Amino acid sequence: MNIITTNNLTKKYTDLIAVDNVSFSVLKGEIFGFLGPNGAGKTTTIKMLTTLLNPSKGSAKILDFDIIKDRDNVRKNIGVVFQEPALDTELTGGENLDYHARMYAIGRDKRKERINAVLKLVDLEDKRDIIVKNYSGGMKRRLEIARGLMHYPNVLFLDEPTLGLDAQTRRAIWKYVKKMNKEEGTTIFLTTHYMDEADYLCDRVGIIDRGKILIIDTIENLKNSIGNDVITLTCSNINTLEKRLVNEKWIHNIKIHDSKLTLGVEKGDEKIPLIIEISQSEKIKIKSISVRKPTLDDVFLHFTGKTIRDHDNKNNVESQPRFRMRGGRK
Amino acid sequence: MKATEIQAIYVMWLRQMKRFIRSKSRLVSSIVQPLFFLFILGSGFRVAIFEGVGDYLSFLAPGIIAMAILFSSMFTGISVLWDKQFGFLQEVLVAPISRISIIIGRTLGGATVALIQGVIILLIALIMGVHISGTVGLIFTLFFMILIAFTAVGFGLVIASKMEDFQGFQLIMSLVIMPLLFLSSAFFPVTSNPTMKAIALFNPLFYMVDGLRGSLIVGVETVNSPLFNLVIVVIICIFMMSLGSYLFSKTET
Ligand SMILES: Nc1ncnc2c1ncn2[C@@H]1O[C@H](COP(=O)(O)OP(=O)(O)O)[C@@H](O)[C@H]1O
Ligand SMILES: [Mg+2]
Repeated sequence: MNIITTNNLTKKYTDLIAVDNVSFSVLKGEIFGFLGPNGAGKTTTIKMLTTLLNPSKGSAKILDFDIIKDRDNVRKNIGVVFQEPALDTELTGGENLDYHARMYAIGRDKRKERINAVLKLVDLEDKRDIIVKNYSGGMKRRLEIARGLMHYPNVLFLDEPTLGLDAQTRRAIWKYVKKMNKEEGTTIFLTTHYMDEADYLCDRVGIIDRGKILIIDTIENLKNSIGNDVITLTCSNINTLEKRLVNEKWIHNIKIHDSKLTLGVEKGDEKIPLIIEISQSEKIKIKSISVRKPTLDDVFLHFTGKTIRDHDNKNNVESQPRFRMRGGRK
Repeated sequence: MKATEIQAIYVMWLRQMKRFIRSKSRLVSSIVQPLFFLFILGSGFRVAIFEGVGDYLSFLAPGIIAMAILFSSMFTGISVLWDKQFGFLQEVLVAPISRISIIIGRTLGGATVALIQGVIILLIALIMGVHISGTVGLIFTLFFMILIAFTAVGFGLVIASKMEDFQGFQLIMSLVIMPLLFLSSAFFPVTSNPTMKAIALFNPLFYMVDGLRGSLIVGVETVNSPLFNLVIVVIICIFMMSLGSYLFSKTET
């Protein structure tokens, strides 16, 4: 069963198309991820799906409810954790949850019970009466996740759930996300620009770049699609070697990046002697060569032509980072 | 109205109250500042005799009360901008509640806070010896206080919807609100000077202050009757609230 279905969803701003004819569906019970660099259109997609922005074109449904015509029902069925924190920092954690529950029409007894349950899920039971401005960044994030779950949403949206958090806190958040997916059966739509996060959490991933979805598949299929093994080598005359190899049938894909040649192949260790033979015949000297299993980084490089670090560097040069009130979550 | 909407209004109201009570600095400054005005202006101008003004403190007190309510309520409206910048607005906007409930709750919360402040100043003025009128006058006073509060929240919402940051707010305070306040007869009468009187007729704050004064104080001379002022203020209030709500309901984040 589909929990989210989109059909050519598009958002145009005056000077750019932030989301460009995006179509996908998310199945009940899965953790689905949008993986893409800064500015890819992830947040814009979430804002449209959560009724905060009107699409310029196309449509989308949450369950059977249209995101434009049936906003109220959409809102009842979703929970959202925004990229930017959205807590009232002058209130306690418990009050934030209580006010949320009231807005979602949860009765008094149920409210108390549920607040305890979600706080327990994210290990914040003892922080309930503390004013949120005294929380650490990681605690705030956990509280937001707990709040997103308060009203038993069918689907929970997580926009870059671990952005700016330290490694330990990130792993803790991952654990909670897995746990709620399993224990409460919540379908999860998350966005991230961290490969390891998508790799660890997601059942299926859509790679998005410049507003377009390049591919959607399970992590395993994505990795296999570029070959069972990845060979990376450095050599003299890298362009000549690429030209020589590009038409070999046994090479699934080939790319030069960072003055390294990367090949997707089957049975990588058997191909190494072959490559060496070919390069010797071309009088090319191989400096280093290695074989490994493909990672999501390789997949990303293959489909977007760049690593995510390149993207981020480029974005930082091109555009000033937008003003953030609360940088430096810890 | 559905029960969920009433809950939503209640939550928005409660939130304003909690924030007010917890914000000690706001609590203190919102009462101390008007008191300064009351004492300093009150004792400074007491010796000066304004034409047609009996006891100056009695003349001034309603002006200060109006000012306190005005500032406090405007702040509530404008604080939507905080919610926008601190992200909390998104949490409210994705909830299955109508925008109008959000506005009603916030307005009621802001008005309650402002009324508490207004009443505190009123009590202090009473202690200082201001002569206030009977029950009917007090009921009118309450109406004016509520209307001033609602109008100012509405105006705050308009500013918050049209502005991205707080610098514009400073500008509007010093270029619009302060001049209007000075020309509203809050601190001194405008009737002695025909030009000032003519300007006052186009000043919304004038009707609020004049109306509040006429209802609250016995034996003071006002330009219009309280009832006439009330009608004008109701119209201004409806206009401002509608405009504020309309602009807020268009908010995208
Ligand atoms: N309100 C807006 N007006 C104009 N452009 C916007 C606006 N919001 C986002 N954008 C642009 O749309 C693109 C996608 O942004 P976003 O969805 O936030 O990306 P992501 O969340 O993947 O980092 C970016 O280029 C961004 O600058
Ligand atoms: Mg984003």
